[in-house]
Amino acid sequence: MVQHIFPPAPTQNVKVDLSEADLVRRSASSVPQPARKLTSVAKLIDTSKCIGCKACQSACLEWNNLRDEVGFNHGVYDNPLDLTPDSLTVMRFSEWINPETQNLEWLIRKDGCMHCEDPGCLKACPAPGAIVQYSNGIVDFDHDKCIGCGYCIKGCPFNIPRISKVDNKAYKCTLCSDRVAVGQGPACAKACPTQAIVFGTKDEMKAHAEARIKDLKSRGYQNAGLYDPPGVGGTHVMYVLHHADKPEIYANLPNNPKISPIVEVWKGVTKYAGMAAIGAFAAVGFLHHMIAGPNRVSPEDEENAQRLAGGEK
Amino acid sequence: MTAYDDLEPGDQVHAGDPVKVDRYTAGARINHWITATSLVLLALSGLALFHPSLFFLTGLFGGGQWTRAIHPWIGVLLFFSFAGLFIRFWRANLWRSEDGTWLARLRYVLAGEEDKLPEIGKYNAGQKVVFWGMSLLIIVLITSGFVIWDEYFSQYTTITQKRVAVLIHALAAVTIICVWIVHVYAAIWIRGTIGAMTRGQVTGGWAWRHHRKWLRELVGGRQNRL
Repeated sequence: MVQHIFPPAPTQNVKVDLSEADLVRRSASSVPQPARKLTSVAKLIDTSKCIGCKACQSACLEWNNLRDEVGFNHGVYDNPLDLTPDSLTVMRFSEWINPETQNLEWLIRKDGCMHCEDPGCLKACPAPGAIVQYSNGIVDFDHDKCIGCGYCIKGCPFNIPRISKVDNKAYKCTLCSDRVAVGQGPACAKACPTQAIVFGTKDEMKAHAEARIKDLKSRGYQNAGLYDPPGVGGTHVMYVLHHADKPEIYANLPNNPKISPIVEVWKGVTKYAGMAAIGAFAAVGFLHHMIAGPNRVSPEDEENAQRLAGGEK
Repeated sequence: MTAYDDLEPGDQVHAGDPVKVDRYTAGARINHWITATSLVLLALSGLALFHPSLFFLTGLFGGGQWTRAIHPWIGVLLFFSFAGLFIRFWRANLWRSEDGTWLARLRYVLAGEEDKLPEIGKYNAGQKVVFWGMSLLIIVLITSGFVIWDEYFSQYTTITQKRVAVLIHALAAVTIICVWIVHVYAAIWIRGTIGAMTRGQVTGGWAWRHHRKWLRELVGGRQNRL
């Protein structure tokens, strides 16, 4: 077996059984320190091996029992044109002319939730427990608790969650948390015919990516590299890119994504300062009443009014 | 129509012991209480989504989904209801020379020393600040609110615009709640005020003490008509 082509044997080190006890983050609430730390997992998507067959899209629909609306051909390979509440992953096709070689390069990127180590969706979510993060890195939505406000969309640096018009709840890739919980890899990885999508522990995936990058560099892609953006603490879905110095050429994959500072202000200082301001206004009113006492109309005021108005009784 | 900008339709003095002054018509009071109810419901449902410790307030609205769905509609109701108040009250809330003096002497206001303040028309500078503050904040809130009303309007703005809007919405909401606290506190502290918005009347003594210019105008206006 040639190591730089084939991934390691699947999921040997992935602990099974995800439960509430494995949560490390829970939206709008806190969780106790978990007793055990699951091995960090990751999905690695190698754009240099992807042939654009969309088996991953089909497998995703199939495993999650979703049927997206039959859409239209927009004259491009992307179908559907964007993520939807049912299509949790889509292949994005970009035609790029390499300025150095003048070659047309067909860049295909499987888009979907990146499972950030520091998830913006979870930070923005106001519903306790609607978004959770397990100690293996998977970020998951609990639809029973989702209120459909769309705050996760504002929090996400990758523009991933979509709100369903049917049940007004947010949907995104779960990294097949139900499959991972029983020791399986995600459906998309299982279906990928070229093993462009592989799944394992994050360490294994990084090591595999390293071998792939070495191979790509030997073939002339000097800027080949791993996309595991540090701005969000790294991600549990990573890409091998032939042009890692220019992630934006892959259908606007963000270069150095991080949670928007506007979201940080909204969910940080505003939340506490806002509550403090409201409390302070109420407290000042209470104190003022204690000190100044009620402002009462005096009998003289009434007499003066009668003198003024009484002229024409 | 009166000669004074700050006399509103229905304002009238009734001689007697004590003197009674009509301050708000039944229409204005109903309009006020629809606005007040909407504002309180908006504050409760909004705060529920603002701070996790207040998420339990969604229970008042039938859960999180209902709270999310109903909040913007109450906002639309408040906007139109407040527009009614605005049309009724804006003219009497125009800024006048004595308002600057009144504000400059705010410490006497807070000390309850009315004798050190200028004579005031139907609304004092504090009430005017509340009025114009509410007017401005409601425009900011409904505008930013539409930008984040994803159920119907998500396709019209970018995610960056929505992020800015949600921050502005939160800041404006906190501010309007503070303005509301000032408004409610003043109505409680200045005894005899709440009757203006329940029965529509205040006593002559109340008007003499707090809005003497308004009382003089009303008495004078009545004499002019005789």
